[in-house]
Amino acid sequence: MRSAVVVFPGINRERDMARALRLISGRDPALVWHADTSLPPGTDLVVLPGGFSYGDYLRCGAIAARAPIMNAVRDFAAKGGLVLAICNGFQIACETGLLPGVLMRNAQLRFICRDVYLRIERSDTPFTRGYNAGQVIRVPVAHGEGNYIADGETIARLEGEGRVLFRYSSPDGMIDPNWNHNGAMNGIAGIINERKNVLGMMPHPENHVEASMGRTDGRGLFAGLADHFRVAA
Amino acid sequence: MKARVTVTLKPGILDPQGKAIEGALRSLGVGGVTSVRQGKVFDIEIEGADRAGAEAALKSAAEKLLANTVIENYRIELR
Repeated sequence: MRSAVVVFPGINRERDMARALRLISGRDPALVWHADTSLPPGTDLVVLPGGFSYGDYLRCGAIAARAPIMNAVRDFAAKGGLVLAICNGFQIACETGLLPGVLMRNAQLRFICRDVYLRIERSDTPFTRGYNAGQVIRVPVAHGEGNYIADGETIARLEGEGRVLFRYSSPDGMIDPNWNHNGAMNGIAGIINERKNVLGMMPHPENHVEASMGRTDGRGLFAGLADHFRVAA
Repeated sequence: MKARVTVTLKPGILDPQGKAIEGALRSLGVGGVTSVRQGKVFDIEIEGADRAGAEAALKSAAEKLLANTVIENYRIELR
């Protein structure tokens, strides 16, 4: 799996992501600067990592979404290339139109940095094939603007087309407002686009991939992606 | 030429910050406040005196960057 991690000014999770990708796919990802206009030839997976691109000025992800490299990322996605957008990357993907909806300020107005439980809604995508549908994983979140909203029609489409891949849940997989820490509509933590090749999610699976991190629940996502490309190759 | 672009949340979009400000005003004893919605104001200077051109540029600025039209409306004023 050849991955490329896009680096914007103010991003701070690109190294965690690169480490997870190297650990699980066995190959170092390319780090691609925001001002570049093309991705390395042969890229399988583009990652928009977490952080605070441009200091979250204007709106989270708004300025990064207009960076020169994003034209190449949009072209890559339009050709069916896989894009993994985590946290600030999810905000950037929404701002650039790769995914519908918006990440608003958390309903409780606080920056939230802790582990959450996610229910995997389906396992038949390249991003979730390393898990079972209904499985609950525990991964960290760290965001102030993760409250997913969209208009009623968009939410109905996302749900109807099975495009919600991750939902905030209780440890035993119940969808309950008490476990929805940021107020996201329908407990939405991660969605894919219509073509099912762009995933946006607020939590950080890359931070739970080694025993030394306490848990390895995030490995399934990367292992699944690596398998996807191994089978395809 | 001076211009102002005002960006506000569309009706019906939940505004947690506006709600918090509303609560703070109430706790300060400011009477009669029934609702607060928070928005953004951009004061922009544009060279030249071509009003139609300036308006087109501001519309493009608002659509491309200043507002996220999924959740926000914008208003352009030229002085």
